[in-house]
Amino acid sequence: MLSQQTVQKLEQTARELRVDILKMLHQSQSGHTGGSLSAIDIMTVLFFHQMKHDAARRDWAERDRFVLSKGHAAPALYACLSRAGYFPQEDLATLRQLGSHLQGHPDMRKTPGVEVCTGSLGQGLSQAVGLALANRVAGRDSRVYALLGDGELQEGQIWEAVMSAAHYKLSNLCILVDCNGLQIDGFTEDVMNVGPVAAKFAAFNLHVIETDGHDVAAVAQALAAAQASDRPSVIVARTVKGKGVSIFENKAKYHGVAPSDEELKLALEGLGAAS
Amino acid sequence: MIATRDAYGQALLELGRQNPKIVALDADLSGSTKTAQFAREFPERFFNAGIAEANMVGMAAGLAAGGLIPFASTFAVFAAGRAFEQIRQSLAYPRMNVKVVATHGGITVGEDGGSHQSVEDLAIMRSLPNMTVLCPADGPETAAAIRAVAAYDGPVYVRLGRGKVPVVFPSDCNFEIGRGVTLRDGDAVTLIGTGLLTAMALDAAEILAARGIQARVLHMGSIKPLDTELLLKAARETGAIVTAEEHSIIGGLGGAVCEALAEGAPAPVERVGMRDVFGQSGPAGKLLEHYGLTPASLVAAAERVVARKRPSA
Repeated sequence: MLSQQTVQKLEQTARELRVDILKMLHQSQSGHTGGSLSAIDIMTVLFFHQMKHDAARRDWAERDRFVLSKGHAAPALYACLSRAGYFPQEDLATLRQLGSHLQGHPDMRKTPGVEVCTGSLGQGLSQAVGLALANRVAGRDSRVYALLGDGELQEGQIWEAVMSAAHYKLSNLCILVDCNGLQIDGFTEDVMNVGPVAAKFAAFNLHVIETDGHDVAAVAQALAAAQASDRPSVIVARTVKGKGVSIFENKAKYHGVAPSDEELKLALEGLGAAS
Repeated sequence: MIATRDAYGQALLELGRQNPKIVALDADLSGSTKTAQFAREFPERFFNAGIAEANMVGMAAGLAAGGLIPFASTFAVFAAGRAFEQIRQSLAYPRMNVKVVATHGGITVGEDGGSHQSVEDLAIMRSLPNMTVLCPADGPETAAAIRAVAAYDGPVYVRLGRGKVPVVFPSDCNFEIGRGVTLRDGDAVTLIGTGLLTAMALDAAEILAARGIQARVLHMGSIKPLDTELLLKAARETGAIVTAEEHSIIGGLGGAVCEALAEGAPAPVERVGMRDVFGQSGPAGKLLEHYGLTPASLVAAAERVVARKRPSA
């Protein structure tokens, strides 16, 4: 269990990261708002509590690795990496601009701290499985975390990768599913129902943990349970798309739309931050 | 006679003994692609993805991101076709150090038929930035190419065949990525082969010599990067080019040669290959004859292209 102080600190970090995300998306006027906000609490716990990593030693072989399979949430990843010291915070203002190291989707060859290239949905988890296998071959005591969207579960390659994670008994792999229930064309259950999500993963013989993806203490507890398992784990996290900004919450429209001037002002007021 | 896939299996095994970073993946075809030998000796470094090529390529990318040197094998039609977007996004785009070694390229797959005969893989792979594309001629060159790609840092597509093919190169040959090889000198026409068609180009040159036409023979085991220096020199010195490949005439060796010549040293070209058609079932030898992939076809193409040569200035 996390101390109350740790919980409050993580919650404050997540609030600040939301501000970073909104400001960078507003600046670029392009990018994915809703899915970045639904994932940021989970990523806050990963980057600032759970994972073993060090911006000063980027090639540290024993580090834990994070794969953002839902690569369109890149603003959330960049906010975390910048805050963790991988690159200066002012770089965030260059998101999606020509010549920027902050590409529209994560690029391992351009951005310090990005482990693999993702963005074409369904491919990140296979790479995470490969990373977990590499840790085993090299005898490294490191973990691999892969964050997926629930819409992404519609890609068949995800289930190929889940099958292989179970087959190779990758207890060093933890999958997290950001179940915000929305995708570009609407509600996931209307576009192509992926449910029941937890039961599907259980049928593939993964250790399934369900949690509230915006409760940092619960996410931390789920991650600890995953680490203790002798099987690959999946944390099915219930989330709200656009979480933290009431005008964006649970609206498909804000999947791939950046905030306007007025929306940014309202959003920052809601988060208690000056614009 | 040795199949290039057999040479691959042996070379991979030897590399595995020398370098603990070498790992192998397959998609339920390890007996056919010959990664099975590696799997038997190094079970902890072999990963069968099952019949799931997309995931195999993604796993290979992750293994490379984790510092290992993966060789991923399946049939050419599944590697370049089924897993194309995984190769694009997870290998080529990030310049991942993964070697895709595809066996059963071309029509000599034989009886399995057109569904399993890749005639477009070289074209597809060649179009990807960062990708190196190789198509060795025989067993010894395959072994050398496999050693060369293991030493090279970046994504590579190697196309191998199913059947036994004549030996062209000595057992101690070298393979240099981006370099072609002059196998026979001549000044009347240049025959350029890749894969098993290189041996046929040599046979065709013998027939042409008997008819008084001295043909130069080049082997392009490296389709990309292509040895344009050697190619342009041959075009300038012989003035006529024939390309020969077990692949569509669109986008593979013939396509690459025409692109380079058009920009660098325009010369008449005849392309021997699959003429924008899929293959079909049949014994490999009969299929080669049916689709005109024979020394006789190369001879006819050479005579046509010589007749098209520009009058010398």
